[in-house]
Amino acid sequence: MDIKEINDTAAVPDEVTADDDIIIVDNVSMTFNMSKEKIDSMKEYVIKLIKRELMYTQFTALKDINFTVKRGEVVGLMGLNGSGKSTLLKIIAGVLKPTVGSVKVGGSVAPLIEVGAGFNNNMSGRENIFLNGMLLGYSRKYLEEHTDEIIEFSELGNFIDVPLKNYSSGMRSRLGFAIATTVRPEILIVDEVLAVGDFKFQQKCQKRIADMMENNTTVLFVSHSTEQVKNLCSRCIWLEKGHIIMDDVSAVVCDKYAKQ
Amino acid sequence: MIKPYLDVFLKYWGLIVYLAKTQVSLKYRRSYLGLLWSLLNPLLTMVIMTIVFSTMFKNSIENFPIYLMCGRLIFGFNQEATKSALNSVVGNASLIKKIYVPKYVFPMSECIASLVNMLFSLIALLIVMIFTHLEFKWTMLLFWVPLLYVFLFALGIGLILSAINVFFRDIKHLYDVFLVLWMYLTPIFYPVTSLSDDLRRLMGLNPMYHYIVMLRGMFLDGVLPTMSENLICLGMGLATIAVGLVFFKKTQDRFILFI
Repeated sequence: MDIKEINDTAAVPDEVTADDDIIIVDNVSMTFNMSKEKIDSMKEYVIKLIKRELMYTQFTALKDINFTVKRGEVVGLMGLNGSGKSTLLKIIAGVLKPTVGSVKVGGSVAPLIEVGAGFNNNMSGRENIFLNGMLLGYSRKYLEEHTDEIIEFSELGNFIDVPLKNYSSGMRSRLGFAIATTVRPEILIVDEVLAVGDFKFQQKCQKRIADMMENNTTVLFVSHSTEQVKNLCSRCIWLEKGHIIMDDVSAVVCDKYAKQ
Repeated sequence: MIKPYLDVFLKYWGLIVYLAKTQVSLKYRRSYLGLLWSLLNPLLTMVIMTIVFSTMFKNSIENFPIYLMCGRLIFGFNQEATKSALNSVVGNASLIKKIYVPKYVFPMSECIASLVNMLFSLIALLIVMIFTHLEFKWTMLLFWVPLLYVFLFALGIGLILSAINVFFRDIKHLYDVFLVLWMYLTPIFYPVTSLSDDLRRLMGLNPMYHYIVMLRGMFLDGVLPTMSENLICLGMGLATIAVGLVFFKKTQDRFILFI
């Protein structure tokens, strides 16, 4: 088993054999210091310091979260707004560092937290494929091999060489989705982004995700739709106010969740 | 201990280069002359400053255009690299909030982009050399040595500034003022001999002074920098980059909470 902690020493996945725990969330808590306003200038800081207004209220977004995800598992995350789902996903993606505890991830993570994060508006769609793909940690050569596939899936056609600022929002998200899923990550994080493009493209996306699931990709899936979670996920974790309420087979959790 | 860091660095090296490339091409996108501006800008500035200053220091400086351009090349490189690095982390906030990338790729790619721009300015220096009939010296081929030292130094400063900027946005304005002061404290357009002994000793603390003197020595006097000069310049560069890396590493986990 070769699982490393996420930090800058180890965003690189290497050989992890099948049936491993690919994500280990160990006793994770996350607290934020919420000052009444954000202070970013020295003047404000000094004034606040003198007035003794530098008071923080602590906000606990996650408290003592423990779970493991096996390779190839499709896990749904449910919970009301503000229950800590996105914070948890950001910690797993390596964007946030937990206040307490640790997260170990044994594979490459493609976050679909917001499709098309890291696009540059002044560059063409084709250039953005490289930029975005490299941000996700793929080599130039690998991306060159997959460019055509990405363009085809995104259905952008001739628009691929047009600067991104002239794209419609649908075109942007189609391109973003195509890049994040064509590069075949080992872990895919899907945060309510299946509402991409028109109804036809949505079907295509669902099919793509279903394909990835069959190909042993681990998926973390956030949705408010119990139907979707029941259909796609084998297991479901229910979060509320930063605690895990239930962690079980998705049908069981979804029924309970719907009844609350 | 170093190996995992090196692996990550190599993995993201392609990204660093790609980001630097886009920064270079985006800088002049939609301008008619494009990259040519990296060449024209120092040339035109040199002409103006030569006209203004050569009357003031005419007797004390031989080949003023080259003297000036060596100084401006080094100082301008440092200035552009550090200023663009300063904004790099905050400027990529939307990205850092969503995708995991080692955050040092941003200041680093900015510094590399500045390095490339500076290499184009070197052509301007070459043109002026031809125009002023400066005779060729073998030492000129070592021009990349001081530039490499400056790169290390600027990257170190850039790492520190980009990290501070996350927590205190005022640093940008403070640094702008500081750069003006720094420029006047560096012998770019005046001869060092015009300073008093005390000031000259103080000048030894200014890294830019050492780098500029080294480059000028190669171009104007045809002398090789001594071992001790090399050690001072390299030491300043390495020390700065070491401090920069440690400072950046210590603060980077908290970036996300402030951007």
